Order: sequence, then C-alpha cells, then structure tokens
Amino acid sequence: MSADRYDKVKQNPKFHQLVARRARWAWGLAAVILLMYFVFILLIAFTPHWLAEPIVSGSVITLGIPLGLLVIIVAFVLTGIYVHKANTDFDRINQQIISETEQ
Amino acid sequence: MRARQSLLFCLLLGLTSVAGAEAITADVQKQPLNLPAVMMFLLFVAATLMITYWAAKRTRSTADYYAAGGGITGLQNGLAIAGDYMSAASFLGISGLVFLSGYDGLIYSIGFLIGWPLILFLIAERLRNLGRYTFADVASYRLAQLPIRTLSAFGALAVVALYLIAQMVGAGKLIQILFGLPYEFAVVIVGVLMMLYVTFGGMIATTWVQIIKAVLLLSGATFIALMVLSHVNFDLEQLFRQAIAVHDKGEAIMAPGGLVSDPVSAISLGVALIFGTAGLPHILMRFFTVADAKQARRSVFFATGFIGYFYMLTFIIGFGAIVLISTNPDFLNADGRLIGGNNMAAIHLSQAVGGDIFLGFISAVAFATILAVVSGLTLAGASAISHDLYASVIKKGEASSDKEIRVSRIATIVLGIVAIVLGILFEKQNVAFMVGLAFAIAASANFPILILSMYWAKLTTRGALVGGFAGLATAIVLVILGPIVWVDILGNAEAVFPYKYPALFSVVTAFALIWLFSVTDKSERGSKERALFEHQFIRSQTGIGAHGATDKH
Repeated sequence: MSADRYDKVKQNPKFHQLVARRARWAWGLAAVILLMYFVFILLIAFTPHWLAEPIVSGSVITLGIPLGLLVIIVAFVLTGIYVHKANTDFDRINQQIISETEQ
Repeated sequence: MRARQSLLFCLLLGLTSVAGAEAITADVQKQPLNLPAVMMFLLFVAATLMITYWAAKRTRSTADYYAAGGGITGLQNGLAIAGDYMSAASFLGISGLVFLSGYDGLIYSIGFLIGWPLILFLIAERLRNLGRYTFADVASYRLAQLPIRTLSAFGALAVVALYLIAQMVGAGKLIQILFGLPYEFAVVIVGVLMMLYVTFGGMIATTWVQIIKAVLLLSGATFIALMVLSHVNFDLEQLFRQAIAVHDKGEAIMAPGGLVSDPVSAISLGVALIFGTAGLPHILMRFFTVADAKQARRSVFFATGFIGYFYMLTFIIGFGAIVLISTNPDFLNADGRLIGGNNMAAIHLSQAVGGDIFLGFISAVAFATILAVVSGLTLAGASAISHDLYASVIKKGEASSDKEIRVSRIATIVLGIVAIVLGILFEKQNVAFMVGLAFAIAASANFPILILSMYWAKLTTRGALVGGFAGLATAIVLVILGPIVWVDILGNAEAVFPYKYPALFSVVTAFALIWLFSVTDKSERGSKERALFEHQFIRSQTGIGAHGATDKH
C-alpha cells in the first residue's frame, strides 16, 4: 500500500468523521458494559440482601435473578446495536473513503 | 472456606469438583463401560475424521492452514468461537456450581460473558484489519519483530501449555467416569485425535470440529433445559419453589451466597475474566478466519448470543438437577452426595430426563467439547512456534510456505506428545490453578501489549518488552505466593499474597511499566515506531491494505 494512498485518506474529512463516530460508539458502549458489570459485582459484594428481595411479595424469585439475566441480555443487545451501526453507518462512510481515495 | 478459595479455578477447569473434598479426584472409581456413549463418541470421531480428510485436501497454503483461507462466515465463526470458549468447564462446572449453591453460578457465567462485547467494541475490527494469522502479527505490526514476536509467542505458549495440561487431566478423569476407560488411555485418545485434526486439517478442520461441537452442545443443553421446564409446566416460580424445598441451603440458593464478598477479589476476578478473554491466543486467532472486519464483528455478535444463551441454559439445568436428581437415590452414593461429584449434575440430569441413550449423547458431547477446545489450543500454540518464532524470528520472514506449514505440523505433534506426557504425569496433581493462571497471564502479558499497540501511538518496543515481561512475571509470582498454590498446594500456613486472583495487580503493573518505559524511550527506533502509528491507524480503521480472504470453505 503506497504512502500516497494513506495521505489521501488522512486528508479526507470523511475519514475523521468515521474515526470520531466509531470512537464515540465503541467507547460509549464499552463504558456502559463495564459500568453495568462492575455495578452488578459491587451490588453483590455490598448489598446481597437487596438482591435477595422477592420480585413481588409472595414470589420465591428474587431481584437478583432478573437482574442477572438482564446483564446477559443487555450484553447481547449492545453487541447487536454496535454491529448494526457499524454495518450500516460506519461501513457506508468507509466505502466512500475507499472509493474516493482509489488510485 | 478452602472450598470457596479454589472455587473459581475449579470452575474454570470444571472437572475438579466445586467443593474440594468431593472432587473428581485421582482415586475416582472407574465406571462400567458405557456402550451408548462409546457408540455416539465413535460416530463423532468418524464424522470429524472425515471432515479432517476433506479439510486436508483443501489445506494448501499457510493462509489455509492458519486461517482457513479467511473463508469462514460470521455465523460459522461465531459458532466456532462459542465452541472454542464453552469448554466442559462451562457446561459441567457452572451447572455443578448452580446445583451446589444456586445463584452464585449465574454470577460466574456473567463474568465469562462480559468480555465479549468489549472484544467487539474495541478489538475485533482492528485485529482483523491489522493481523494475518496470530495476535503477534498485530502486536509487532510497527514494533521490532524479533523481541515482540518472541515475547508474544512465549505469552501464547504459556497460556496454551497451562490450559492444555488442565484440559488433558480433566479429560482423563471425565472419560474415566463417563466411558469407563482407563485414565492414560483417555489422555492418549484425546492427544492423538487432536494431533490428527490439527496436523492434517489445520484451521479448517479445527473450525468444523468446533462448529459441530457447539451445535451438539447447544442442542443437548436446550433439550435438557426443555425437559426440566416441562417437568414444572414451564413455570419458573414452580421450578425455584421445588428447588428451595429440597436443597439444604433452602432459600439461600436464590441470592448471592458470599462467593464475591470482598471487593478487591471481586474486581480482580472481573479484570482477569474480561482482559484474559481478550488475550487468549486461541480465541484471538479465530478472528483471522473471516474475510473482513464486517464478518469479524458478526462473529462476535453470534458468539455472544450463543454463549449468553448457553449460560442461561446451564442455570436452568443446575436448578433442574436440584429438583430432579438431588433426591433420587439412583444418582447418590452412600453418604448422600452426587456420584462423581457436583460437576456430574448435568450428566446425571441427562439420564434422568432422557434415559441411557441421551446420557450417552451428552457424555459424547462432553468428550467432543474437550477435543474441540484442545484442538484450538494446539493450533494456537503451533502457530506461535511456526509463524512467530520460526518464520518471523528465525527466518526473518523468508521461510517458504511449505516449510512453515511443515514446522507447524511438527510443532503440533510435539505439543501433542508433551500434552499427553504432562497429562499423565499430572494425573494426581492439583491442576485447578492452571486455567486461572492462564487467564491471568493472558490478561497481564498478551492483552496490554495488544491493546496498546492498536490504540496508543506512543508505544515503543522498549515499553512493550519491559511491561509485557513484568506483567507475565507478576502474574506467575502472585499466583505462586497466593492462597491457592502457596497454601493449598505447597502446604504453607498463610499466603504471602492474600488474594486468589492476581490480575488486578499484574495488569496494572504491566500497563504502568509499558507506559513508563515507552514515554521515556528516546531512542531513534522508538521515534520511528511512533511515526509508523499513523499508517497503522488508517489501516486499522479502513481495512485498506488488510489481508483478504483467499478461499471459501
């Protein structure tokens, strides 16, 4: 790959748009995941009694169970959101960058 | 408390029981030969060997051998990743942990899952755009080839060796119980089959073994979970109510049971699981089997879905085992414990809900699971030797494709023999700490260099070397001085290092030293390496210049 092509990419404003957009989504979603996981772990460490409360009075199902399952589901949904965003938005900009800088 | 201390490692290994005392230990009773299980296993072996034969004919270049020619689709790779990651540990260990203590099992499964979204957001695309066959390709992209490849290869081999020994020992013991075969015989079968798959079929065969295993494991687990749910008329409230009624811990199984009580250990464990997953060489290698960054992303999406779904099933299976087998004398020995230990919960449950034939199926799936995991490990280890050490370090990139593949095949056979010998030697040793150590090394040596090489322009060879070695050494030393090795294995009264999981400390050490020795690096080489970041960055973002697919499989 010639240095020339890289220079063209670097000067293309769409490249900077792509980088900024991807960074916003990737780091944003990573922060959500980390926050969710460590809050969950710290809830277990500090307030296990709260997690042992029943979801509705009389039920044996505790708050901890839907919360735990929610963490798994949210993790999966967030990967879906990122993949959708990347496959549509990021890839579209990327394709434009590639075709605009082709030699 | 000692049972608690070794819990994570037992769980990671999955084949040593959760409560140390009732482990599947060396003196496990050999069971009578289980005929349906052997038949189904032979069927699996025949099918996978046919695939290996087919794959061998399609393995012509290094790209085919290491990366299946880049022709695996996102869905196939997602299944293969799930097949690589869901070891017998996840299946038997987590369902066994749920059986033993209920909710705590869910906490661990979440820890094993949570690294995946992060791999997607931060690593998958860049890894695919920059690398070719191994993660060292990426780590050494703009740094000095010789030292960084060597360090990465050692990091990869350390992880592979530890993981492999633990799997071999676990496989021997599991097969002894499931099939009634002698321990040594079982270890040799696993070793030989894995050598056949990897030597002849390379990544193509390894991928299909993992895909088939993932499909079998997911279907088997789904069936067990459905049978459990139909037993309670698909009413979860009913399932939990019946479980509470028969479990000795009663209502306590519905809430956290104190496994994660000290915040430092909790966070350190989280760090090991998250960053360790993102530093496992056999997992990272899977990203080079797809055509481009888009397929790499889809791989993680599918993998996260399958793995998450699977952990939900293990939760239901664990509770199902409490309800259906903990009170059934057929599955208990004289003192009222589960035959073979708690990790046999899912296996016994399969018999309770599906009879002998289904028990045979699940036993064969457990065996297939081990084969798929060790094959992926061996291929990753062999690639570190042939691609990183031989072709890049010794031959400076001048090795011919044929020679490189030959070295890789020899390395596979050597690794296979070493794994068999160590598997037999370690039969009576406590190997439970080994997978934990492997995760700690992956998190502290492989991961920091990999992520910083992709994200931090100022990284230099000097920083990566000092920090990487420091992370590796800190992880090993702290595990040795910690409660599991120092107290449980070496028999000292008190641990020098109080925490079971060193990752928080070793990962921070690695990052701090990489930073310090990079920013203070005033060498000419250092400034050249910083200047190269811009091109690397453009390629990692756009995929311009990335290695494309060569073939469809």
